[in-house]
Amino acid sequence: MIARLTTGVVRRSTVLLALLLGALVAAPWFVNDYLLTVLILILYFAYAGQAWNIMMGFAGQLSLGHAIYVGLGGYVAATLFVRFGVAPWLGLLAAIPIAAAAGAFIGFLAFRFGVAGVYFAILTIAFAEFARIGFDHWDLVNASSGLFLPVREYAHNDLWRLRGDPTMFYYVILAATVVAFALCRLLLRSRVGYFWLAIREDEQAARAAGIDTFRYKMYAVMISAAVTAFAGVFYAFFYNNLFPEQVFGISRSIGIILGPIIGGVGTLFGPILGAFVLTGLAETLNSVMTAFGLDLPGATQVFYGICLLLVVVALPDGVWPPLARRLGVAEDGK
Amino acid sequence: MTALLSLDAVSKRFRGLIAVDRVGFTVPEGAIFAVIGPNGAGKTTLFNMIAGAVAPDHGAIVFAGRPIHGLAADAICRRGIARTFQLTRPFPALSVEDNVTIGALLRRPEVGAARERAQELLHRLDLFDKRRRIASTLTLPDRKRLEVARALATEPRLLLLDEVMAGLRPTETDRMVVILRALNRESGLTILLIEHVMHAVMALAARVLVLDHGTMIAEGTPETIVHDPAVVQSYLGAEAV
Repeated sequence: MIARLTTGVVRRSTVLLALLLGALVAAPWFVNDYLLTVLILILYFAYAGQAWNIMMGFAGQLSLGHAIYVGLGGYVAATLFVRFGVAPWLGLLAAIPIAAAAGAFIGFLAFRFGVAGVYFAILTIAFAEFARIGFDHWDLVNASSGLFLPVREYAHNDLWRLRGDPTMFYYVILAATVVAFALCRLLLRSRVGYFWLAIREDEQAARAAGIDTFRYKMYAVMISAAVTAFAGVFYAFFYNNLFPEQVFGISRSIGIILGPIIGGVGTLFGPILGAFVLTGLAETLNSVMTAFGLDLPGATQVFYGICLLLVVVALPDGVWPPLARRLGVAEDGK
Repeated sequence: MTALLSLDAVSKRFRGLIAVDRVGFTVPEGAIFAVIGPNGAGKTTLFNMIAGAVAPDHGAIVFAGRPIHGLAADAICRRGIARTFQLTRPFPALSVEDNVTIGALLRRPEVGAARERAQELLHRLDLFDKRRRIASTLTLPDRKRLEVARALATEPRLLLLDEVMAGLRPTETDRMVVILRALNRESGLTILLIEHVMHAVMALAARVLVLDHGTMIAEGTPETIVHDPAVVQSYLGAEAV
């Protein structure tokens, strides 16, 4: 495992990754509370972007409804916690299979009946919307009035129940991002990863090479959904509230995919870089506007739009591939 | 020699058009067998049925003693039939080596072992020096070779080659003939090829089947085929004799 994780890594990229990781580990000592929350948001998007990238970047299946897995993960763990006092890490054991099962169901319907491309994307939106409307009317989860987690004084950090100060949450999401990054790298370098790339590149040719494309597409959806579920659990426990409109909404799905698109779809580091670029710049914009006393609702969205436009026009492969070449750490052909 | 592949009265109709009409033949294990015929004769449709890309409407296709008609393309590949595409279909954004490694992963789940096998095949197909190139940047002859290498990587018993000589220069054709002959001789690989380049067909095939308008008009050794009046009239043209 460890050997496979490190084989083929350019020495320079190891050094750069270690430096970045070191800076991120040290960050809480040097930044104020506001910046720490921004970093948490960045890592949250980096993590969720990684998860989405498994499906789209590796296996070529465009999901525009990834909010469904965020929502399911969050709601399952939060409901178990609020109603039955189940700790989120145990709740995760339920959230992951449920999200994976939802992914399997959507995937089965689509792949079995040949729903592909934009039609598949529309199907994923439809299911996220079903979930939104369903949860909006489900009393067990307080329907549209929202599910609230009890907030206590942060006397001490309780990692097991995920109750604590932002620094604890920061380290939790940092660890999750590192794990997701390592997992993606392992997957991409294994048989399943190569088969995903083959399916992404040319599904008919992949089948001619003996690949059971149905099965491997199912793996992609289920793994991606399972990984995304944790993003939902984290979201629920960090923000302490869940509203169907927010967690299942299309804007959440879009928010997840912007990072990888800006950073580089199908690359390992793209989702992380994209989250830094996008959230980082948006927050900078916010503070600048606040400093100048400007109040322009929707400015962030316009800014996202401009960023996306610039990247699509100028760097269609995302920011990371050309940057990686500059740094001499290109991810050989992928 | 025992039959590796046999077709019995295989037919395929696309709307009103009969693309393949009751075609039957047998390819013995270890043979090199060619299918020739003018454009639109149904050669590629025949291939697509054997490879599982389309299912035949009627008839039976038996491979290694078991019926395979109606199976999916990937299942047929796992049974031991690999194909190339007439219009080449590499995995465009991946390196040449990764393209072939993916094929090799079918029988060798370990990436390292699959990569080793891929490199051997790239040597054989004269692509080793270009292994780090991105497949979409290859020239047509190299793409044809890549198709063959990827198909071979799945370790087939039967290799289906759909016009791999088309677009190759004469020297490149000769080289391909040498490579295919060596594969056939060394590993007993059975080869079924569709080909327009008669020079290559004559050099390679032990038997030739001629299709015209979806029906078989002749079958025999290359020497008898080129003198068959029906073949000369429909396909080769008088000047070929």
